[in-house]
Amino acid sequence: MRMLPVLIRLAWRYLWRNHRRTIVMLSAISIGAWAMIFMTALTRGMVDQMITDGISVLPGHVQLHNPEYLDDPSITNRVSLTDADLATRYADAGFEAWASRVRVPAVITSERESRGVTLLGIDPMAERDFSFVDYDQVDGRFLESPDDTGVVIGAKLADTLDTEVGKRIVLMSQDPDNEIADRGFRVVGLFHANMETYEDTYAFIGKKTAQKMLRIGDTTTEVVFFGDDYRNVEPTYEKVAAAVDDSMRVSRWTEVDTYLGTMLSVMDGFMLIWVIVIFLALSFGLVNTLVMAVFERVREIGLMLALGMKPASILGQIIIESMMLLAVGLLIGDALAWLTVKPLESGIDISVVAKGMEMFGASSVLYPKLHMDDVILSNVVVLILGFLASLSPAWRASRYEPVEAITKV
Amino acid sequence: MTAVRCVDICKTYRQGDQDIKALDHLSIDIEKGDFVCLMSPSGGGKTTLLNAIGGLDIPDSGEVWVAEQRIDQMSKGQLADLRLANVGFVFQAYNLIPVLTAQENVEFVMQVQGVPAKERRSKSLAILEEVGLRDLEDRRPAEMSGGQQQRVAVARAIVSRPELVLADEPTANLDSRTSDELMELFTELNTNHSTTFVIATHDQRVQRYAKRLVRMRDGRIVDDIEQHAA
Repeated sequence: MRMLPVLIRLAWRYLWRNHRRTIVMLSAISIGAWAMIFMTALTRGMVDQMITDGISVLPGHVQLHNPEYLDDPSITNRVSLTDADLATRYADAGFEAWASRVRVPAVITSERESRGVTLLGIDPMAERDFSFVDYDQVDGRFLESPDDTGVVIGAKLADTLDTEVGKRIVLMSQDPDNEIADRGFRVVGLFHANMETYEDTYAFIGKKTAQKMLRIGDTTTEVVFFGDDYRNVEPTYEKVAAAVDDSMRVSRWTEVDTYLGTMLSVMDGFMLIWVIVIFLALSFGLVNTLVMAVFERVREIGLMLALGMKPASILGQIIIESMMLLAVGLLIGDALAWLTVKPLESGIDISVVAKGMEMFGASSVLYPKLHMDDVILSNVVVLILGFLASLSPAWRASRYEPVEAITKV
Repeated sequence: MTAVRCVDICKTYRQGDQDIKALDHLSIDIEKGDFVCLMSPSGGGKTTLLNAIGGLDIPDSGEVWVAEQRIDQMSKGQLADLRLANVGFVFQAYNLIPVLTAQENVEFVMQVQGVPAKERRSKSLAILEEVGLRDLEDRRPAEMSGGQQQRVAVARAIVSRPELVLADEPTANLDSRTSDELMELFTELNTNHSTTFVIATHDQRVQRYAKRLVRMRDGRIVDDIEQHAA
């Protein structure tokens, strides 16, 4: 430890001895760091939005339903607990939000067209905070209560059905006895969503209205719960599971929407690989820089060994030099990333490839997100790999014989 | 007390397809407080002998004792510790660390030894004063003349008052006045602190200061004369 101050001083001074080479290397590291973090922010924002949209549409963070429901999502496989039961059981659970809903496949028919949709019977007030629909951006109005007799459909669906606010449509589904359950509704609102698919797929009515139409009393098909963080749903899962028995099935969102769950894992893996690939490209330059730096000062290394410096100190000095180079490059890269991502957090419009993006669940506006975890991951990976890359030239430097090194021409 | 003892040491180097005998069954004893000059034509083995005494180059055979420790069987770490604690080096080329200032170069060995900063600073400034470089302590080697660099190297070698100073052509790039000043400094250390000096040199001015002249040829001692120093 007592050698640390002199090693740090030597490392810093040697770093700037050939300032041109150092500046070139710093540029490479900072651009590499910027690329890592920027790409990660872009990807993270896209994935966050995909998952948040996906979660808010259906599964929530944790879902409660009939054990048969996931295999057969029909009206016969319902949650037997009423809202009152649920409210009692989860009164002190402290969820961010929860709501029960009726979800069934249905057919919507206008004067002109018919389409298959997913009918959602909801309590609009309970779902306001987590719904993918912005209630304030609805053309017309959104549902006002579970008893609301209107229907809200997507703007795209309205276009397809050639209908509009104020006109009537018919919704048709099946009751638990496999009898047709249908009813006429007036369109009271048209919603807009990040993804056109959602506008085409979902239709909202009041939960109690849906229960009456489908003749299912107080029951629903699913209950969704929201915790703090979609990446860590275990606390929420445990609270939900603790209040029910085997007659109900509790599922994490990754189990309900396996595509989204896989997407999250794939993206996490992709980002790590991206970081490693960029670093591998940088590492050639880093190792070359260190090898050259060591080669140029063989005599000085021999001198220091001759004066009594231990080989371990020589090794330490080279490694400190490498770490300093990486640290400064990373700082610059982090700053560049912050400066470029922050202004773009309001969204990058890539609607020219909107259809392609929607195919795998992403919207046509990307919102990059700078997560501190990602910045730390990038920096830590670079520092660790940089340390490993420095070992070889540092080791070779420490193995010099003093008298041979001093007399090297 | 014997500061240095070499017993029948041999060292051979390979150059191309030829073996060069740098040291050929050489034995020498140097007492504490001695001031020895090694003289030989180029290739005579004086640098190799200095390196062997300093633990920088292990002989192929024989024994080397420094400060009553046998060094030819020590590990690299032990040799480094020995050099740090007991030996001051002045190499043939100036061999300063180019990214450190004159003062930092002088302090370097003390820093490796673990001397506290305040003490290092005062000793380094004092020794730079002695060698006439007090106002150049913040300059880097590239900003100094050859003679100034050599004086910094000498200052570094003697600042921690080692028991043994090994110098290889210390006056090679110095003018006569500076050479004399340097040798007077060496003599003062030798007289007042019993520092042992072993100096390899062609310079006859240096030889005048020596108490003992050892002539070498082809890796052997051919003459060993006591003399009264100037």
